Amino acid sequence: MIQLSFNHVVYLVEAARWTILLSVIAFIGGAMVGLPIALMRVARSKVLRGLASGYIQLIQGTPLLIVLFLSYFGLGILGYKLDPLVAAGISFTIYAAAFLGEIWRGCIEAVPKTQWEASDCLGLNSFQQYAYVILPQALRIAIPPTVGFMVQIVKNTSLASVIGFVELARAGQIVNNSTFEPFAIFTAVAAIYFVLCYPLSVAARTLERRAHAGR
Amino acid sequence: MPDAKSPTGESVISVDKVVKEFGPLRVLDGVSLDVTRGQTVAIVGRSGSGKSTLLRCIAGLETVQGGGITVCGHEVGRPGSAARAQLRRDVGMVFQSYNLFPHLNVERNITLALTLVKKQSKEEAKKRAAEVLSMVGLTDKIASYPEQLSGGQQQRVAIARSLALQPQVMLFDEVTSALDPELTAEVLGVMEDLAHHGMTMISVTHEMGFARRVADVVVFMHQGKVWETGPTADVFANPRTAEFKQFVGSEL
Repeated sequence: MIQLSFNHVVYLVEAARWTILLSVIAFIGGAMVGLPIALMRVARSKVLRGLASGYIQLIQGTPLLIVLFLSYFGLGILGYKLDPLVAAGISFTIYAAAFLGEIWRGCIEAVPKTQWEASDCLGLNSFQQYAYVILPQALRIAIPPTVGFMVQIVKNTSLASVIGFVELARAGQIVNNSTFEPFAIFTAVAAIYFVLCYPLSVAARTLERRAHAGR
Repeated sequence: MPDAKSPTGESVISVDKVVKEFGPLRVLDGVSLDVTRGQTVAIVGRSGSGKSTLLRCIAGLETVQGGGITVCGHEVGRPGSAARAQLRRDVGMVFQSYNLFPHLNVERNITLALTLVKKQSKEEAKKRAAEVLSMVGLTDKIASYPEQLSGGQQQRVAIARSLALQPQVMLFDEVTSALDPELTAEVLGVMEDLAHHGMTMISVTHEMGFARRVADVVVFMHQGKVWETGPTADVFANPRTAEFKQFVGSEL
């Protein structure tokens, strides 16, 4: 029986860097697409609102796994052979944008309507109302649920293993194929995920308490 | 309609047969009202009589379905009105719920519109903030955040924030309704000062004492109409309608 060696653990930890990288890509990409989606959802134009909510419904109603299959295998068949990291990055951006867009829409709408009226009465135009009055308040509301969602992103990056992206979960499978120590290996994998996610969970809870306590 | 003329007699606000509907509900049913420069008008009436809606229409926060409103020469209340930005320069509005910006301190609450809308330099804006804060007696609260202030103090900051923009007209929407009597007195004191300094103002209020003492004209609204109006002393001395008699009786 082959023991789980130090080298195996190092291999797992190194693979965890790819998990972190994919998480960061997902979050930044998701934020860059998600903020416009959130703003479209609360726009005055019916067309913009419809487009944004159509996007959100489509993505929230589709398994992330299928999005990954489509962007890797689907596009591959069509002749656009993407690197697994690129395919995964695109898929996670699409996925995170839908959820962040919906979370942030709620945060924008949670700012009282009277704040719009007060800033309107002071003569601020729509852009100034957003930039100086509404979004700064929405941001404060948004931090706890956003950090909470980052935990979901980190865990869901394990799905990228199915398109051959060697992140933490896939690395665990590879080590297991050579050692046949599934219990030890996947416990180690779970522990690493926990170490990545736990600080985020704690931060989300702390921030939420602070948000409820007021400014 | 009866009109207590101020010395200049120049009409600043003219409301002409305004109709406002929320769906099937007619909230304002042909309301007319004229306010001349320097006048203080108190709008009184029961909840649901349309008095706050009238004020919001004058402030340009609502669109109207019929009639017309002119404020300082700007037409208000029509959708897509181009005069909106101009209207904002001339009309200040204070709300029942203060509506200070909670993420900004008192000074920034006041300077925000000065720098963004009036394009003043930071120094100019800060100077102006200090001026208006001293007018409402809150110079020492310049660095505080809204949540650190009492309701009365927040409302005085809200008044200062509006005054900083040097409006020609101030609109007050039940600004003391959320305050206890002591805090109400300090806010009413600020408003009284303003009236004495010649500010044109319309105040929707439940404070009959304030209306009697400060207002030149009282407007009693009932069922979306101007039910009774006239110079304050006359109206209170000789109520003509049963509804106003009953209203004044219940307030005393």
